[in-house]
Amino acid sequence: MIHSLFLINASGDIFLEKHWKSVVSRSVCDYFFEAQERASEPENVPPVIPTPHHYLISVLRHRIYFVAVIQSEVPPLFVIEFLHRVVDTFQDYFGVCTEAAIKDNVVVVYELLEEMLDNGFPLATESNILKELIKPPTILRTMVNTITGSTNVGEQLPTGQLSVVPWRRTGVKYTNNEAYFDVVEEIDAIIDKSGSTITAEIQGVIDACVKLTGMPDLTLSFMNPRLLDDVSFHPCVRFKRWEAERILSFIPPDGNFRLLSYHVSSQNLVAIPVYVKHNITFREGSSQGRFDLTLGPKQTMGKAVESVLVSSQLPRGVLNVNLNPSQGTYTFDPVTKLLSWDVGKINPQKLPSLKGSMSLQAGASKQTRTPPSTSSLRSNKWPSQV
Amino acid sequence: MQEWANQLCENRQFGSKMTDSKYFTTTKKGEIFELKAELNSDKKEKKKEAVKKVIASMTVGKDVSALFPDVVNCMQTDNLELKKLVYLYLMNYAKSQPDMAIMAVNTFVKDCEDPNPLIRALAVRTMGCIRVDKITEYLCEPLRKCLKDEDPYVRKTAAVCVAKLHDINAQLVEDQGFLDTLKDLISDSNPMVVANAVAALSEIAESHPNSNLLDLNPQTINKLLTALNECTEWGQIFILDCLANYTPRDDRESQSICERVTPRLSHANSAVVLSAVKVLMKFMEMLPKDLDYYGTLLKKLAPPLVTLLSAEPELQYVALRNINLIVQRRPEILKHEMKVFFVKYNDPIYVKLEKLDIMIRLASQANIAQVLAELKEYATEVDVDFVRKAVRAIGRCAIKVEVQLQLLTGIVKLFLKKPTETQELVQQVLSLATQDSDNPDLRDRGYIYWRLLSTDPVAAKEVVLAEKPLISEETDLIEPTLLEELICHIGTLASVYHKPPSAFVEGSRGVQHKRLPGSAGSGESVESPEAASAAVPEPTPSVIPSQEDLLGDLLNLNLDLTPPTSSTAPPPPSSGLQMGAMDLLGGGLDSLMGDDAEPHQSVCVRSDTPQSPLQSPSPPDYSPTQLGGDLGANPTIGAGFGAPPPAAVPPSFTAPASRGLDDLFDLSGGVGMPTGAYCPAKTVWLPAMKGKGLEISGTFTRRSGVIQMEMTLTNKAMSVMTDFAIQFNRNSFGLAPAGPLQVLTPLSPNQSIEVALPLNTLGPVMKMEPLNNLQVAVKNNIDVFYFSCQYPMSVLFSEDGKMESKVFLVTWKDIPNEESQFQIKDCHLNSDAASNKLQGSNVFTIAKRTVEGQDMLYQSLKLTNGIWVLAELKVQTGSPVFTVSLKCRAPEVSQAVFQSYEAILKN
Repeated sequence: MIHSLFLINASGDIFLEKHWKSVVSRSVCDYFFEAQERASEPENVPPVIPTPHHYLISVLRHRIYFVAVIQSEVPPLFVIEFLHRVVDTFQDYFGVCTEAAIKDNVVVVYELLEEMLDNGFPLATESNILKELIKPPTILRTMVNTITGSTNVGEQLPTGQLSVVPWRRTGVKYTNNEAYFDVVEEIDAIIDKSGSTITAEIQGVIDACVKLTGMPDLTLSFMNPRLLDDVSFHPCVRFKRWEAERILSFIPPDGNFRLLSYHVSSQNLVAIPVYVKHNITFREGSSQGRFDLTLGPKQTMGKAVESVLVSSQLPRGVLNVNLNPSQGTYTFDPVTKLLSWDVGKINPQKLPSLKGSMSLQAGASKQTRTPPSTSSLRSNKWPSQV
Repeated sequence: MQEWANQLCENRQFGSKMTDSKYFTTTKKGEIFELKAELNSDKKEKKKEAVKKVIASMTVGKDVSALFPDVVNCMQTDNLELKKLVYLYLMNYAKSQPDMAIMAVNTFVKDCEDPNPLIRALAVRTMGCIRVDKITEYLCEPLRKCLKDEDPYVRKTAAVCVAKLHDINAQLVEDQGFLDTLKDLISDSNPMVVANAVAALSEIAESHPNSNLLDLNPQTINKLLTALNECTEWGQIFILDCLANYTPRDDRESQSICERVTPRLSHANSAVVLSAVKVLMKFMEMLPKDLDYYGTLLKKLAPPLVTLLSAEPELQYVALRNINLIVQRRPEILKHEMKVFFVKYNDPIYVKLEKLDIMIRLASQANIAQVLAELKEYATEVDVDFVRKAVRAIGRCAIKVEVQLQLLTGIVKLFLKKPTETQELVQQVLSLATQDSDNPDLRDRGYIYWRLLSTDPVAAKEVVLAEKPLISEETDLIEPTLLEELICHIGTLASVYHKPPSAFVEGSRGVQHKRLPGSAGSGESVESPEAASAAVPEPTPSVIPSQEDLLGDLLNLNLDLTPPTSSTAPPPPSSGLQMGAMDLLGGGLDSLMGDDAEPHQSVCVRSDTPQSPLQSPSPPDYSPTQLGGDLGANPTIGAGFGAPPPAAVPPSFTAPASRGLDDLFDLSGGVGMPTGAYCPAKTVWLPAMKGKGLEISGTFTRRSGVIQMEMTLTNKAMSVMTDFAIQFNRNSFGLAPAGPLQVLTPLSPNQSIEVALPLNTLGPVMKMEPLNNLQVAVKNNIDVFYFSCQYPMSVLFSEDGKMESKVFLVTWKDIPNEESQFQIKDCHLNSDAASNKLQGSNVFTIAKRTVEGQDMLYQSLKLTNGIWVLAELKVQTGSPVFTVSLKCRAPEVSQAVFQSYEAILKN
């Protein structure tokens, strides 16, 4: 099981350690640093690193490496899932998961980690339960605590912990009962030079925010559930009902949670809402390059495409860009070479474009190949499958 | 507050420059002193803040152990947060201050009786984390109470505590009977308690590989499956991993477990999904393939695996490593999902490389164009490693996927084998290739084949059907046994490293090797070696048929007038003599038995009935030598082109023929044995009583590729015996005398003569029971005598039985899961000696692997009729029991081959 956890920042400093069994010397992280040095990019550090006596399993989130140390055969996915859960919990508690936030709340972090894992076995990872055990810090509570001397640690056993619905606490009361569901779909597509789709798949999630009194039992049905290729449910969803009737039936946790994630495979026709035309050239021997990008709506079924954001990873040789957007605003980060263009709404009559020049590094001008101009698009309020 | 923050900042700076804990062992005197004063303050709030400061120092690796007594003093408090903080401190430092830690025991014991279950659980949980002997002694009683606590939260915490205690003092846990209590918790009413009990037991079992801690029976399995639906996601992982260790009794149980596990595939937690996949992959082995449910299950496995690939990259990596195993074992699951393995620009490099590997494994005729287009793109990427691998991948695809050229060659080959049926096809294809194709390579090859076929079909055969060295793209295929083991370890570190857990996990002391269960219906399952060895009957002594039985045998006895070989091969030099002798026998026997023997029938039977039970049902290109033999014997081929029948004769036959008589006599004297082949002692085949005074004892040997029947003929009658001749009934492997029985001088009374009769395997084939039974008729001037004897299978092991290791790997994988396993007891050899011994009898060791003092020898042998037998011999150092697993496309031979193994090794 999970032996220890080290938190390492981008510059390679261990800024927090927690041991659940005996103390493992932090020198074990040297193996991680070695792997980190070998990796060309921070995200290329392999997630599982063997050392003579331990295994290091790590995830990289918010530019922090969460490195778990294990000593015996443990399913790596279990460790990785747990680490992600830790990050989610920190984010939930502190709003952000940064080194500063963790350091500012180091005692709460410690209490949380102790509560989440016992002897390497996960104990309580549901945010509902954790919040009953350890109350999230707020400015108000910190002040009140300082004055009154009360604590942010719950005195009673969380009610949800042992019930059949461990994700929900009892005695929830709201004056306004409301439930919100966000359907977020990501289309993952590979499009070739001529613009035709090689493969496209949808990865979707339904995030919910439910604020309902008591023990509500909800059902949610889909227009066309057959489209969903594979679904992963929150434990609250009754699987049998889904199998039989394709209806989501569940007692929701209180507050925010992910109800389900689903996958629509490339076998189903995935309509891509937007197309991108680009023309990017680097002239041989010149320190200038041309950049031309045009966007247009595609298969929108008459619905408007809004909040479009294009980001493109430009090659290392690009020093700066001087572009002129027909609408929206663009930013270019000269360090990461990431160009993002906040387009906004696409008007089919007047297609948005981004044109201009790039200044290139003198030595790198030999590159004649078109850079991997990969664009990620996000359109909110896009009609989903549901 | 401000002060504390300042100090934290200081600590941070301190910490940020160091990466090694040794720098943190000292701290400024002043700080400790200050904290000490604060900890002993009268004000509760100040105390708490001080403890928080101490904890904060601890988290950045500072040594604050000097404050131990002061912190422990804060333990007796009503404030839960303060209590928790002190506990946190205790867990870290108790070990370094064992005497001081005793001070805390009383508080722990008291807290274990607290009315608040949260505090009871907290106390027992913390106590278990304090690895100090003196404290553990005090832990037993509170733990015993907590294991039976009315509150499930306390029980589930206590279950984990047993595992902690076991880690510290295993003996104590056993003596106190905690293991039994833990086992009882598997039947607890609360699923969370069940899950934790399973997790604790699994962890304890890891250090006791042979203990029967988790003896899974259908009742416990049922309880686990019930708990599976209701416990937390982490509990589900523990339960699923535990289920994977169970071996269902039959395919129905297997199916019902699969049905109850399948819903886990839709869990949001990828570790649950992968553990479920492991259980399903393992239990699927037991389901009959024709079952509807089997197909349904296969279909259900693909989508969750695909979904794992849209998770975070670290999860993807582990998933991909496991998919790599799954694809090798069951390529059908993901064969349509090629596109999901296309790399994305923002995949980390470790994900890209794994995807590439799987793409090659899934590449097939149907998707090759797409794959190649992708690979072409990858070859222009920036990352050098990735580009290199992509280019290599293109090469591997080229080897893997057939193209037009292969098709052309394939059709020509087919024509050479079945000329009458495919003449039209080959002409059409050749004209397409030479006239309509724009591909110059294809056109050229078409012309070459056309000319070759029209001018010299025999030469064409030699060229086109020549044995080729195997080039395989599957160079990194995982060894079959290892793959099976790894499938049982899906989702674990072993699966990520593609190594058995025993090879690298330090904590696991002697992990048990896991194997997939045998498929339904295969009689010899791998599970019970005892049962398997019991199923091996004692070699039956050669039974001489009584006179009543004999009549039946006589009718079956196929007595050829000529040696059956003469139709395909030039007659051996000694033919004159032989013919004479055979005539004698023929004349004596034919009238007696009324057998309408036809001289050529035997050969035709052999070559025209490939469905004969003993011939390998393998695809034709599986065994090139066998093919050669078949082709050679098929006169229709040559006829198609008007060529003379080819003279393809296996070496085993030509050797004795060319040697002639002198050599034979040499051999019969027992000299000139080049190999240390196994030769059983002679046994009496025909007692004098039944042979009217003629006693025959004998044995079989194989020397330099020649099978010999060595006999001692003794005349125990009163009169002289002359005119000896011998004839075999049809038998399983077509054994037949390659020459006449050489008894040149009359056999006087009380005289013995040693005779060696060379045999070939070109005789007529009929399956015998047992397989290696041989019925023999011997004639002399007095009468015809019949007896049956059993030849050791090892005489049929041919000299060219060494399979190339790559072919071996592919073949082993290719042969469906029908291996039979046997045990050889009391064999005191080491693996090298065993290997040498077997090699002497043409059992060739291809590879050797040593795992945990267990040597695995991978061996191949080939029977004279072209049947390959692949074997895995497990030799445990210091144990006299060998385990032989045999894989063969004709599983009927396994039993007899095993008997030979035993005989050779024990000789």
